Amino acid sequence: MKVKITPSALRESKWYEYTGRFLIGGSITVFAGIIAKKFGPTVGGLFLAFPAIFPASATLIESHEKEKKKRARLDPGIRPQNAIALDSAGSTMGAIGLFVFALLTWRLLPNYKTWAVLLVSTIAWMIASVVVWAISEAV
Amino acid sequence: MVSAFALAGDVIKPKRFAGLFGAAPSVALASILLAVKTQGRTYAATEARSMIAGSAAFFVYSLSVYWISVRYKPSAIVSTLSLISLWIAVAFGIWITLLRG
Repeated sequence: MKVKITPSALRESKWYEYTGRFLIGGSITVFAGIIAKKFGPTVGGLFLAFPAIFPASATLIESHEKEKKKRARLDPGIRPQNAIALDSAGSTMGAIGLFVFALLTWRLLPNYKTWAVLLVSTIAWMIASVVVWAISEAV
Repeated sequence: MVSAFALAGDVIKPKRFAGLFGAAPSVALASILLAVKTQGRTYAATEARSMIAGSAAFFVYSLSVYWISVRYKPSAIVSTLSLISLWIAVAFGIWITLLRG
């Protein structure tokens, strides 16, 4: 399946939906910092991969699917749940990329410049995630 | 960073590909930058080491959300929030067995 960018999808989203996710992400960053300060970096580090944005995104996908069907005066049926399943399947593959990100950051950070490590790790996250997705599409 | 990844997830199709951005390292990037600034690189690297366990827990979590959505079709809020406890159990389970001490 071809990957497409559809800017028109932005019309479905409202400004407060992005603000909400931004606030959740910010809160988890602060929370991880507090946990690390109180219990040390080995515990605090766990929360760097906390599913902070995922529940908010899944809820938005569900409501957008319902709204779309409502506008078309159709019964949404199981379409919202199918959309959540597809999204979570993607996130499962993205989690493999997240694993690669953490592994590279852990190994490289003590020896190289921070910005370079984070850039390389983020690119590696993207590549690993896309490769896993491409394999799953081919199978 | 969080909003940028959220935006990417919204405009990219198909949905399964857009889902990759649900596991974007947005919180990690901000947290690691902060940790390096305040505590140094060794401290931030230790956090990244624990993040490996967190990402394994994320894998189990999102796979479970997928399975439950297909099998029982609950609402998003029910599946995603109830399974947070599974993330906590897996993350701390790995931490206790491999990383503690």
